[in-house]
Amino acid sequence: MDGAGLRLNMNVLDYGILALYFVTVLGVGFAARRAIRTSVDFFLSGRSLPAWVTGLAFVSANLGALEIIGMAANGAQYGIMTVHYYWIGAVPAMIFLGIVMMPFYYGSRVRSVPEYLRLRFNRPTHLLNAISFAVAQVLIAGVNLYALALIMQALLGWPLWLAIIVGAVIVLAYITVGGLSGAIYNEVLQFFVIVAGLVPITVIGLVKVGGWSGLMDSVRDSKLGEAGLHAWEGTGSTANPLGAHWLGIVFGLGFVLSFGYWTTNFAEVQRALSAKNMSAARRTPIIAAYPKLVIPAVTVIPGLIALVTVKGLGAESGDLVYNNAIPLLMRDLLPNGVLGIAVTGLVASFMAGMAANVSGFNTVFTYDIWQAYVRKERSDEYYIRIGRIATVGGVVVGIGTAFIAAGFSNIMNYIQALFSLFNAPLFATFIIGMFWKRMSALAGFWSLLAGTLAALATYLLYKAGVVHFNSDLEESFWGAGIAFVTVAVVAAVVTPLTRPKRAEELQGLVYGMGGVDLKGDVLAGDQVWWRSPVLLGAIALVLAVLFYIPVF
Amino acid sequence: MDQHSERANDPQVAETEDERKRSAAARLFDIRRVIGGLFVVYGVIVGLVGLFDSAAEIDKAQGVRINLWAGLAMLAFGLFMLAWQWLRPVVPPSAEEAREV
Repeated sequence: MDGAGLRLNMNVLDYGILALYFVTVLGVGFAARRAIRTSVDFFLSGRSLPAWVTGLAFVSANLGALEIIGMAANGAQYGIMTVHYYWIGAVPAMIFLGIVMMPFYYGSRVRSVPEYLRLRFNRPTHLLNAISFAVAQVLIAGVNLYALALIMQALLGWPLWLAIIVGAVIVLAYITVGGLSGAIYNEVLQFFVIVAGLVPITVIGLVKVGGWSGLMDSVRDSKLGEAGLHAWEGTGSTANPLGAHWLGIVFGLGFVLSFGYWTTNFAEVQRALSAKNMSAARRTPIIAAYPKLVIPAVTVIPGLIALVTVKGLGAESGDLVYNNAIPLLMRDLLPNGVLGIAVTGLVASFMAGMAANVSGFNTVFTYDIWQAYVRKERSDEYYIRIGRIATVGGVVVGIGTAFIAAGFSNIMNYIQALFSLFNAPLFATFIIGMFWKRMSALAGFWSLLAGTLAALATYLLYKAGVVHFNSDLEESFWGAGIAFVTVAVVAAVVTPLTRPKRAEELQGLVYGMGGVDLKGDVLAGDQVWWRSPVLLGAIALVLAVLFYIPVF
Repeated sequence: MDQHSERANDPQVAETEDERKRSAAARLFDIRRVIGGLFVVYGVIVGLVGLFDSAAEIDKAQGVRINLWAGLAMLAFGLFMLAWQWLRPVVPPSAEEAREV
């Protein structure tokens, strides 16, 4: 435990486990190929998948390694408060997406999130969102790829370029060939491999620190102290590890930030659109909420274990930065065998994250940019071809981004932070447009634009030092809140001045306009009580509340 | 499902919906078979390694025979997936079945 390099002692067996995984992933992609005949087969899996598959893919698409490594790092740095990112910062938004918003997304048969904006508002709104989404996905895929390469370099000693190419080519192959089915099936597989990799780390770690009570005692003696064991206590002020007031946590994280991410991010929503019917589509994010509830057990707890077992964790730079919490535990605790599984899990999570970006990108590029503005009225096969080319193009640009990121890693962090700003105004535009039928097409465009600029301005003023916030987190809460209010105000001002959309144009897109049929495509067996989206959602919410009790 | 086509009042959406009649999605294989297969193999490999783990490896894992336990758990999970797939194979829903509810 001297921090002398992160290099893992991988043997032939561990590499065999990793290689077997690569072969399986490629095999899934090629085997999915025979199920592709139409563009919906390629981009939305023919809207044919069962809810448990789309639900696990939904959670997996978010379970990129940046998420796992980052949340373990947060666990080590901020302690138990990190669970807010799951229980209040994700679960309620996922339930809301499934129960309230999915009927409009799935029922209107739109093929993407930007397409909803085209039908609800107008083409400029659509184009603005389609382009910003496409650019963001490609750049974020590149950031993911770079992070994958960094970890492979540190853990396995692979050169950076080799890791970037290997990761990119595998993802490229299974999405180009197998389309969204290839991506989703692999995400389900990845979910289980990620869990199989993380559980042994947690179990051995807990044994090492003397179980849960031993861990709590050690955390009390660590630099986090008692505050590291409570989620809500101490949020009456900002004097807590996260530096966040409970109002900020509830409204900033729990409402604006998380609803923005989960409900309008097409890389997520796409998984639900590929479900086989309305009931399955609505259950997709709700089923995903259950794993999301318990994932902190294998991310936040290892973070705490690393805090108390790895001496010197939390350095500014070098091997002992918080981000290395999980890799350090792997190095110190796992023997060959489970070590191979854990490395495979980490690699799997990078691929899951990147594949979600790439499959979201190729769909939006093809349906929302190419078909809508460049080449209309071509045959369905033509658009599959464009989708495959877009996949290759997106991955190539992603590789380029990864190499740029290798030179300017800080800049890439900012780029990612920048794009996350787009979520809050987008969510505000969606939610107002979905529930206020009078909101006009022009109001949609101007409020989205103004909200985005407001979020951007807040961020830039903060970075330039003109406006002061206690932490980056506080900035993001406020930035998101300001963007939300801006959208609402602009919508309220512009709407009365502009022409409303005709009622029949809004059918199936806006609340109270009819056209949403929750039962039309119902399958035998969907009526059983334990498949009710509302009931499943309510149980998940209750669990989220109950889980808070022991760590209040 | 055909009853939706009339609601898609956008030409591009409607066109794509029409094409779905030709969909080959029903030919998609069952992912449970792949998950089950991979985890059975992982379980056997890691479990066997666990049987022959040396004292040094067990010490590293804080005295837990982690390879053995992880192997058994993965094997059990893999077999569960395979059994689930055998007992409840995917049946493509027929038209009457979809309406009968």
